[in-house]
Amino acid sequence: MASLAATFGRGAMTNHWKDIKNADVVLVMGANPAENHPCGFKWALEARDENKATLLTIDPRFTRTSAVADKHLQIRPGSDIAVLGGLIRYMLANDLHHADYVRAHTNASFLVSGEFGFEDGLFSGFDEAASAYDKTSWSYQRDADGFVRRDPTLEDPRCAFQLLKHHYERYTPAMVAQIAGCSEEKFLEMADIICSTGRADRVGTIMYAVGWTMHTVGTQIIRTGAILQLLLGNIGRPGGGINALRGHANVQGATDHAIVAGILPGYLKVPTPEQATLRDHLDASTPTPLVPDTVNYWGNYPKFLVSQLKAWFGDHATAANEFGYQYLGKQDGDATWLSIWDQVRQGEVEGFIALGFNPLLAGPDVPRLLESMSRLKWKVIIDPFMLDSAEFWRAPGMEPTEVQTEVMYMPTTHWIERDGSFTNSGRWAQWKEKAIDPPAGVRSDTYVLSELFWRVKELYQQDGEDAVYNEPIQNLTWDYLNPREPTLVELAKEINGYDRATGQLLSSFGQLQADGGTSAGNWIYTGSYTEAGNVMANRGTDDPTGLGMHHDWAFSWPANRRVLYNRASADAEGRPWDQNRAGIAWNGQRWIGDVPDYGATTPPDGPGAFIMTEEGVARLFSNHLADGPFSEHYEPVESPTTNPLHESVAVNPVINWYDGVRETLAAEGDDFPYACTVYRVVEHEHFVTRNVPLLVELMPDFFVEVPEGLAAEKGIENGGRARVWSKRGEVEGIAIVTKRIKPLLVNGQTVWTIGIPVHWGFVGITHGSMANLLTPYVGDANTRCPEFKAFLVNIESTGPAST
Amino acid sequence: MSSFSTGGGGVANWSTLWSPLWYCRRGMAISRRTFLKASVGGAVGVSALGFDLTPAYAAVRQLKIRNAREYKTVCPYCAVGCGTIAYTHGSGGLNTTNTVIHVEGDPDNPINGGTLCPKGASQMQLAISPRLRKSPMYRAAGAEEWQEVDWDFAMDWFARKFKESRDNTFVERDGQGRTVNRTNGIAWVGSATVANEDAYLITKTMRAMGLTYIDHQARI
Repeated sequence: MASLAATFGRGAMTNHWKDIKNADVVLVMGANPAENHPCGFKWALEARDENKATLLTIDPRFTRTSAVADKHLQIRPGSDIAVLGGLIRYMLANDLHHADYVRAHTNASFLVSGEFGFEDGLFSGFDEAASAYDKTSWSYQRDADGFVRRDPTLEDPRCAFQLLKHHYERYTPAMVAQIAGCSEEKFLEMADIICSTGRADRVGTIMYAVGWTMHTVGTQIIRTGAILQLLLGNIGRPGGGINALRGHANVQGATDHAIVAGILPGYLKVPTPEQATLRDHLDASTPTPLVPDTVNYWGNYPKFLVSQLKAWFGDHATAANEFGYQYLGKQDGDATWLSIWDQVRQGEVEGFIALGFNPLLAGPDVPRLLESMSRLKWKVIIDPFMLDSAEFWRAPGMEPTEVQTEVMYMPTTHWIERDGSFTNSGRWAQWKEKAIDPPAGVRSDTYVLSELFWRVKELYQQDGEDAVYNEPIQNLTWDYLNPREPTLVELAKEINGYDRATGQLLSSFGQLQADGGTSAGNWIYTGSYTEAGNVMANRGTDDPTGLGMHHDWAFSWPANRRVLYNRASADAEGRPWDQNRAGIAWNGQRWIGDVPDYGATTPPDGPGAFIMTEEGVARLFSNHLADGPFSEHYEPVESPTTNPLHESVAVNPVINWYDGVRETLAAEGDDFPYACTVYRVVEHEHFVTRNVPLLVELMPDFFVEVPEGLAAEKGIENGGRARVWSKRGEVEGIAIVTKRIKPLLVNGQTVWTIGIPVHWGFVGITHGSMANLLTPYVGDANTRCPEFKAFLVNIESTGPAST
Repeated sequence: MSSFSTGGGGVANWSTLWSPLWYCRRGMAISRRTFLKASVGGAVGVSALGFDLTPAYAAVRQLKIRNAREYKTVCPYCAVGCGTIAYTHGSGGLNTTNTVIHVEGDPDNPINGGTLCPKGASQMQLAISPRLRKSPMYRAAGAEEWQEVDWDFAMDWFARKFKESRDNTFVERDGQGRTVNRTNGIAWVGSATVANEDAYLITKTMRAMGLTYIDHQARI
């Protein structure tokens, strides 16, 4: 979500599932929703069937989504930026962008420093020794008042629009074809359809998932999509947007509530050691306006953070102790998945806890992961089912007696045995009722957390004066009716927040204060549980706009708004770009339609539409990412070809290389000629479904998807067996010989792509090879999401089809 | 849908009615309750659906969900957020336990309009699976098998290990003398499958304990 925040100011799906029906063009890329989000995908079919929308897929495979699409473009894994950059070039070269929108709602007119540049694959400011950019030159030109200089004509060669146009100039259809392996003609057919939405009366949406995220350039792939949508004027509008399809029931909610390295609930920031005081942290985290006419809503950061600290530490959070700021651990360096396991590998981490998570199967480079895991002193796995991760000490190839890690497995309740809310991809937090009690012997996650908290707290009390620093533990608010197992309603109210003077639940984050007068566990959920009741449990089905917004159904953060940035659904005068698909409209006194992402009575000639950015507009040029203000095509770290744009800088120059990882990648002279990618199938959801007999019956076995021509070359039979290996590990299973993946001509050479499903392991009703035995231990330059989606392998037949 | 059979030739194309797109295309003009009433009401002639649902021969078999209690919940799999209804049976007596007898899509939910995918449709087998564990298990260093332990043992062990590692690795001031109050000796991951309220409590508790190694499935 780093990418969307860098562009729009918030990281989340801009629109929502049902809204997809309003689109004229639906582009599915880096996702396969027919298979992985079937009931959400029906809204794309609805758009196609009822709205005459065109449904497009761009993917390394002809997927089940492609099977119902109007057009499909097959590309090589990892070539997404080339394709999207090509679309941007084509659009600008043919003036197909939505010019009025771009002028009103983006930073196209902002002038950029003369120092900024791009040459031979590198943006200005590259520090080779640090493998990082000094971003000083990625800045705007300022006037005497410190505000950004702008050129409304968009003709100044230093304005963001002209720089963007220049940057993507190299992404010609021929270059796209050369990198991605698609035909120019088919690419141009696609481009015409996608760019047809650059008008007020047409709108298009993008549906993407981890097919975009899981690359060393994942964040920049998404950003290229976001830039594309901005240029077409498709952000903030019903039927538009850039929509991240999340893969677990509450990925969005768990992210909002920050079980995530580097952030606190509501996308607040984890303090760093340089921020010695609360004041330092607030100064560093609160943006200042870059133009005179911007809401700059993140300017309220101090209210959000102080209210959170009040929720956590109550009366122990006072102005005198910086509201408990020093109670928060300060983070040095990266703290994401790959870094955590790297620290485990180096013996720095003693204990590891996984709740509702199967780390062994989920992470890249399983052989390396097993080695790291064995260095833990102890490990706790909390889950309703026994997991492969809990039994890693007896994974295939492991010698249990040599693994000194102590392991505790605890069975806890699952969704149907507990109430609480799930937030879907579209930001709708829906309350669920508890249907049944758990079996005897099973406890809730809330119980485990509470019991751990109390027992640790009591152990520290026993230590007396010799105790290690534990003031935050002693002072943590835990005033629940049953402190050993709070109810989820109590927690929902704490998240929503209170006026501390009156004890009343708040109804809006507009009420939050920075002086300790209010508490709110997560400001973006303020309004979800008010004095009027649990808004998340609302079940009103009315849809007065006919656009599927359903404001009386559940709670959509923020403020029950259904489409983010909806001020941009109207022009500078507040008139909807399209009257038939109005997001919000100015009626002379106030905005009507969706809950406005703007002051309800602020006239349209007021501040910019993108209230979460200090620019007041969306960023075509953004200095918020580590690897460039614009995107650039870099090859996967394991690539079957060179980078024709700049051979000497073939891969992303600012990714982090963990110790010993380069040696685990295919090198020159190694025989790994084939591209490989991994994916899900509809019958399974990661690993848990291997406990469900019906689903195992439908999809019992691990398999390898092999293109026809390659299978013939290798003597692999459909239904026979094949072994696939990378430099890191190998898998073996049934071969499915397929027409779904064609050979591609990339850079003048033929590239074959092999497909591997991710669902198997060694605990469950059915066993099979772990896909991540193959994948590389390297991540995106910004998020460090691993590059699961593009790597190199070899393949051979291991047996004929049984008859 | 044989139990719904009306016996009237050409009356209702049930497969169309129950196809994934049926509800969304009709904007849910009728609620699920009205629909059921119309379907199984018995004496209804030409129903709200505009066709005859009168049983032609014998009485239709009672629905298995008759007398069941309904709970509105949400599918546990992907992030579409399909609404589901869990039907449970049980007398509610002191020595009885309710159990799920059926789970289906919630037709009132605007997102899925009653539809479910293969995973969602089979979620009852996840809900009450015999594979669900009922006791904590402990594996000692170098051991080749699990041993069953009770909750008190498990939580005592967990709390002691947690505190011990926190004590071993807690840093109040870093090498440059800056207050950091953290432990990087313990890591917590997950979960994208717990409710928001538990997710929040995980973050609140672990940040207060001083952890910074906190992550979940969104990363991978």
